[in-house]
Amino acid sequence: MSVERTQGQEPFVRIVKRDGAPFKSKVLARALAIVLALVIDAVFIFAVTGLNPLSVYGVMFQGTFANGIRFSWAMRDLVTLLCIGIALAPAFKMRFWNIGAEGQVLVGGLATALVMVACGNTLPTPVLFLVMFVTSILAGAVWGFVPAFFRARWGTNETLFTLMMNYVATSIVACVVNILRGDASSLGKLNMGTQAGWFPAFLGQRYNINILVVAVLTVAMFLYLKYSKHGYEISVVGESENTARYAGINVRWVRVRTMLISGAICGLAGFLIVAGRDQTISTNTAGGQGFTAIIVAWLAKFNTFYMALISFLLVFLSRGAAEIASAYSLNDYASDIITGVILFCILGSEFFINFKMIFRGKSQKEVK
Amino acid sequence: MENLVAWILRAIPFGTIIMFGGMGETLTEKSGNLNLGVPGIMYLGGFAGFASAYFYETSTPNPVPALCVVIALLSCVGAAMLGGLIFSFLTITLRANQNVTGLALTIFGQGVANFFGVRILDGATYSAAPVTYSAFSAKLPGVTEHFGLFGRLVLNYGFLVYAAVILAVALHFFFKRTRTGLNLRAVGESPATADAAGVHVIRYKYLATCIGAGISGIGGLYYVLDYSQGIWATTGQMEALGWLAVALVIFTTWKPLNAIWGAYLFGMLYWLYMFLPDVLGIHVASYMTDLIQMVPYVVTILVLIVASFRKKKENQPPASLGLSYFREER
Repeated sequence: MSVERTQGQEPFVRIVKRDGAPFKSKVLARALAIVLALVIDAVFIFAVTGLNPLSVYGVMFQGTFANGIRFSWAMRDLVTLLCIGIALAPAFKMRFWNIGAEGQVLVGGLATALVMVACGNTLPTPVLFLVMFVTSILAGAVWGFVPAFFRARWGTNETLFTLMMNYVATSIVACVVNILRGDASSLGKLNMGTQAGWFPAFLGQRYNINILVVAVLTVAMFLYLKYSKHGYEISVVGESENTARYAGINVRWVRVRTMLISGAICGLAGFLIVAGRDQTISTNTAGGQGFTAIIVAWLAKFNTFYMALISFLLVFLSRGAAEIASAYSLNDYASDIITGVILFCILGSEFFINFKMIFRGKSQKEVK
Repeated sequence: MENLVAWILRAIPFGTIIMFGGMGETLTEKSGNLNLGVPGIMYLGGFAGFASAYFYETSTPNPVPALCVVIALLSCVGAAMLGGLIFSFLTITLRANQNVTGLALTIFGQGVANFFGVRILDGATYSAAPVTYSAFSAKLPGVTEHFGLFGRLVLNYGFLVYAAVILAVALHFFFKRTRTGLNLRAVGESPATADAAGVHVIRYKYLATCIGAGISGIGGLYYVLDYSQGIWATTGQMEALGWLAVALVIFTTWKPLNAIWGAYLFGMLYWLYMFLPDVLGIHVASYMTDLIQMVPYVVTILVLIVASFRKKKENQPPASLGLSYFREER
């Protein structure tokens, strides 16, 4: 009878943390998550529109792969998202919640735009690009430095601080755009006549320079996090502040330095967007990518190559949804729903990677 | 004087939107869950409330106002709580990261509301639920005549404005004076301690997050069915309101009573640009209006900084805010 009681009190399922699930099961969990998300989305598409989900997914595929130019647009969107994700990676690895990428990108873009307007006709082109580059990086770094300084010095909550900084940046950009446009109804492209400060076309498109820069950054950030001393310090601070202090790491300085880098790369993303993609500035310059990149960086576990994959998935989805929207006269917001469902599923699948479930009765066997 | 009255008359309804959003988020954060999905939840709640009222109004020839209110409120709270449930399941049961899940919920909620919103619009620039609007914004008859200035300033709003104030007081008593409230705060401060003391941490977190989401959702409902006069037009404004609600939680230092004046103050600051010239005699160029709109966020940052300077225990965020609880982890 006593045996029965102990068995009865054992929970139906116990959850145990596991370190380093095998690579195969990691891939499997994520693949299943994506399949599950696609099934949920298919049910949703069918319920709302009555269309055959498979043919809808076929159309979705066209959004990225219909022809060369579509693919190159997808690459352009991908590198924007990826660049911001790369910027966030060191901060997140340090467990510093930089939710302020949106604002850091905006001020970077704003700095670029202001230099384009102010010096577009006076500076020679190489110098102009250099000044745009430096000011955008400085602007982003400053925007990252402020919350990092207060966090390092007084422990101010960085999640909420960086979040608020986004709206300060948005307001400033809105104000400057209103000044720049004067009486015109919208700002339009900057330096339309001279094209000063626009990236030159490279292999046919201006934004190919963006792709090139971000490709280099992807490799550089991967090496920085994995093989440099800085990268090691970042991961120690992220794992345990006390360990870091005990090991003689200057935690405050590492925090500030990493956020300077994070903000600077966000500023660089702003520079690339304004000079290489939009040639103008608005409050939508970052377009929510700063928030999406947070999810990208987190899901990729700070590995920049995984980030490229996840960015590709998200860009594929949003371009695909736009394609569905025009093909079936739906609207673009479908992409937000589909993206949301996929993110939920991938986030949920992390559980099966990080934890192991042991069902009732099974634990006994494992112990033996 | 007249301008000041007009200013307050705009500030209080605006404040009510973010007060609901902020109070819901306060309740959620007291359990240690930082739900950054507030904008998404307000979208879900606002849209569900509007859509249900709209369909009810268009399906019957003589819609009953009281029924409009009940239907709208129920579906709003239901949809918002579903959003909260997604968040709870992912972060509490599956221990996903809260920040990331919250942001995904914001994307999702915004997508759902706008996707179906555009389908309801069906090419029109806006669609409206006039009966529901008049029910939600119904005022006591004759207040402006009989009670003068007091009546105009205090009694001149739809019932949700008063509901928000009552809810704030109720939440204050719940946190400070009830056993359940104490347990909830313990869960947010130190879930391991609460667990050891026999508090069912998972249940508290689930309930606080879902009910909090329901309250936040009413903010979205109030925005659509009262503040925007029962008109649904797809705009991004609700997202900014959601973040303002998150800001309000910090501004009030997690105290519902502060939300009453804090929300109205945010409302005053939000409309500052319109009344600056008339009330205070300060004339600014039109492009400055955007800069003035950032004042609430700057004030919030200052509150955050000052609170971290002073390190007063009662002004700090819940200690385990943003962390998942895993019993077997040390």
